[in-house]
Amino acid sequence: MAVRSRIKTLKIDGRDVSGHEDESILDIARENNIYIPTLCQLDGLSIVGACRLCLVEVQGWRKLVPACATYIEEGMEVFTNTERLQNYRRMILELLFSEGNHICAICVSNGNCELQDLAQKLGMDHVRFPNLQPVRTVDMTHERFVVDRNRCVLCARCVRVCDEIEGAHTWDIKGRGVDARVIPDLDIDWGDSPTCTSCGKCVNVCPTGALVVKGQPSGEMIKRQEFLVYLSEIREARNG
Amino acid sequence: MRHRTKVDLPSDDKRWKMVQGTMRRNGFRPDALIETLHTCQEAFGYLDDEALLFVSRALHVSPSKVYGVATFYHFFNLKPQGEHTCAVCTGTACYIKGAQDIIDTLSEQYDIAPEQTTEDDKLSLMTVRCVGACGLAPAVVLDGEVLGNVTPDQMRQHIDEVMNHDDV
Amino acid sequence: MMTYEELQELAASEVEKQEQHDYCVRVCLAAGCLSLYNDEIKNALEIAVEDRGLGDKVAIKGVGCMGLCAAGPLVSVEPDGVLYERVSVDDAPAIIDALGKDPVEHIHCPLDIPFFERQQKIVLENSGVVDPESIEDYLTRQGYEALMIALTEMSSAEVIDEVVRSGLRGRGGGGYPTGLKWQTVAKAMGDTKYVICNGDEGDPGAFMDRSVLESDPHRIVEGMVIAAYAVGAQKGYIYVRAEYPLAIERLKLALRQARRHGVLGDNILGTGFNFNIEIRLGAGAYVCGEETALMASIEGNRGNPRPRPPYPADHGLWGDSTLINNVETFANIAPIVRNGGDWYASIGTEGSKGTKVFALAGQIQNTGLIEVPMGITLREIVEEIGGGTPGEKAFKAVQTGGPTGGCIPKEYLDVPVDFDSLVELGSIMGSGGMIVMDETSSMLGVARYFMEFCMTESCGKCIPCRVGTAQMFRLLDKITKGQGTMTDLELLEELCDLTKYASLCGLGQSAPNPVLSTLRYFRHEYLEQIIDAPEPVA
Repeated sequence: MAVRSRIKTLKIDGRDVSGHEDESILDIARENNIYIPTLCQLDGLSIVGACRLCLVEVQGWRKLVPACATYIEEGMEVFTNTERLQNYRRMILELLFSEGNHICAICVSNGNCELQDLAQKLGMDHVRFPNLQPVRTVDMTHERFVVDRNRCVLCARCVRVCDEIEGAHTWDIKGRGVDARVIPDLDIDWGDSPTCTSCGKCVNVCPTGALVVKGQPSGEMIKRQEFLVYLSEIREARNG
Repeated sequence: MRHRTKVDLPSDDKRWKMVQGTMRRNGFRPDALIETLHTCQEAFGYLDDEALLFVSRALHVSPSKVYGVATFYHFFNLKPQGEHTCAVCTGTACYIKGAQDIIDTLSEQYDIAPEQTTEDDKLSLMTVRCVGACGLAPAVVLDGEVLGNVTPDQMRQHIDEVMNHDDV
Repeated sequence: MMTYEELQELAASEVEKQEQHDYCVRVCLAAGCLSLYNDEIKNALEIAVEDRGLGDKVAIKGVGCMGLCAAGPLVSVEPDGVLYERVSVDDAPAIIDALGKDPVEHIHCPLDIPFFERQQKIVLENSGVVDPESIEDYLTRQGYEALMIALTEMSSAEVIDEVVRSGLRGRGGGGYPTGLKWQTVAKAMGDTKYVICNGDEGDPGAFMDRSVLESDPHRIVEGMVIAAYAVGAQKGYIYVRAEYPLAIERLKLALRQARRHGVLGDNILGTGFNFNIEIRLGAGAYVCGEETALMASIEGNRGNPRPRPPYPADHGLWGDSTLINNVETFANIAPIVRNGGDWYASIGTEGSKGTKVFALAGQIQNTGLIEVPMGITLREIVEEIGGGTPGEKAFKAVQTGGPTGGCIPKEYLDVPVDFDSLVELGSIMGSGGMIVMDETSSMLGVARYFMEFCMTESCGKCIPCRVGTAQMFRLLDKITKGQGTMTDLELLEELCDLTKYASLCGLGQSAPNPVLSTLRYFRHEYLEQIIDAPEPVA
């Protein structure tokens, strides 16, 4: 049976667009080739609204809203790229860079990194904040993969893909605030994890060089994410 | 019908029965996780890997999620505490009325930083968020008992008293 | 199962029992006085009564908070209307000997002082009067009468209407209209609905909820059952901080008593209405005071907030419609139903009705718990009720709203206190913590203190709050140490702006408030610490 959903019309950056009531501002923007930066969002995974890069302004709304987690409404006027938003986005990236080790030249993901792409696209060319120099570890105990927590942006894509798609829930986040870290099981060595199926989904969805395949030469770690939408749609269809 | 394996208690230590009791009262539902961890900590004083894995299996919650929850909430300890715990309230009223002096004095006296335990495992020095005894600021919770309007010197005496009491 | 008639009989026989005693000596057994060994004083009083063979004439009763915590341990005597302060075990015989005569001089606390006279009690009407461990005693004070009226004489829409008319706004800090919230949940789709009482009182310097839960737990149960009837909920949770063991113990007892007496559980008071309540313990995470984080915690998860909308009324606990109100909000419900919404709306100001409970602490004479009508000025609270700052030190600022509120300087002491006026001053009502600071307090130090709090309490989910609070703390620390530059100050202000507008939840969005309000009123204190600050203009 076809599900009926209402059509809404709205304006994004002055352009008249339309979509279904159960679609997000981000969905409609993408459909119309309007670029809104994202980091934690990935098609096929649940929405968390955590990175705040996709914040947009809506005419008459007091608060900024995440485009990924906000449904479209009839007559709403959305602005995706105001000067204020550009400033916020650059500052969010600065904060991310100040929180870990994101030196691209020595990273296997150099050239294939979403954080690097965002910095270039949004014009974040220097970081005004001192590096917080957190104690973060590298775990090379898995036979095929490496987790380098210095390069982690805590987007939790790995946690979500492992739980929602693979069904193993090997990854989660321990601690909180700036001390939060991704961990397998009871914070054990990845190589010893009894729950990890070594499927590699977490590696492929990781936006940076935090989760990579072992032994890749610098700059050659290319991630494949086509499987995600395919698997999540199959999963959805099967569960009705 | 989903088949669920029965999870054996880790040992015949009676305290595991208490933990199991909390889970049973909550129908072994995953949302009983935090309640169960509370019972576990009450029974054993802290949460070790054995306890976390037992809870994980019995409630069908993944180990990483159990660990994530146990480390998110500051009330849970993953390491054993000293025989005595002295928790200095760091709420605003206590801060204004000199909680830091108490922390500094005790740190120096017992040679431990906050959140640490002395080498002989006798005393853990903790800081806690507002215990709600703001009318008695600065307040300290010594072995579960709230002491109000204390000075650093008085605290030293109180602690020496409870510690010497053990030696008698 | 008991009917309301049986409950009334129980109340009548309790009154009769209490009237057999000529005197009732009340001993405060809330956490404050208890930590000053008031339980031992209660024992000593009982022994003194026993020794004099007055067991039939004098009742010794453990009660909840009497408010003036600074003067504890407190003991009161009825019908003499005498309050004793700073009582010690040795005073017990003298107190008993003085019954019906002149009060014991050296511990006598006068009641005709502004601290008592300026208060108006609704939420705290039973605190310090009833035995919190006795449902019978609660019944003698019109307990569960409002529930009976609601269940038998009113439709759920009529109950909501009274709450709407009362003008009650959420006492947890946000000030959202309670009646509107109830209406939304009542209208929401779905057969399963929940009512949650938020008792995760996390603001340091606030102890109103603790006190209400310890002093009058049945009031919360009654408020929640009425709410459940109004919105059509079947199940409730009370989320309490694990740091409040006494409150938890008394709540558990109250729930057991309520079930046994038919005011909670199946077929409440024989009306066919079912509602049950479970207690859930917090575990030391400030962010769980935020409603979506609190629900995540009840579901057994890390207390991470999620974007709103959807709001809990629409998509709450396990996806079902959920009503979340704070302890003090629920404490107002029974009196509103009993006396009508119009009565409640006659108290307070245009935009903020009723009374508000504040916890007075810091550098002030009369620390303790007070309840005052909305619209009272800060000066009346601080100088008259609070007795001003102790010693010779001058008043400097009062901090309201906890780590997400702000500092208000002396120039604004005559502003009437309500939700909107405090926001205009750059602070918030918050849950009701009021910390008074004298001239010895550094405002920069206070800002740094609160930022450290927010940094360690940030859940870490969204970047502006996780990293922003850490960077702001570093900048404040640097400035406090006299190492900051004007560039640092500018960066701090930029970060305040980002964190305020880009963070996911209320914690991050209001984390900069203490910095912003101290910069607004005490900017010179920052500049004095900055190495390349321009000379002040004469």
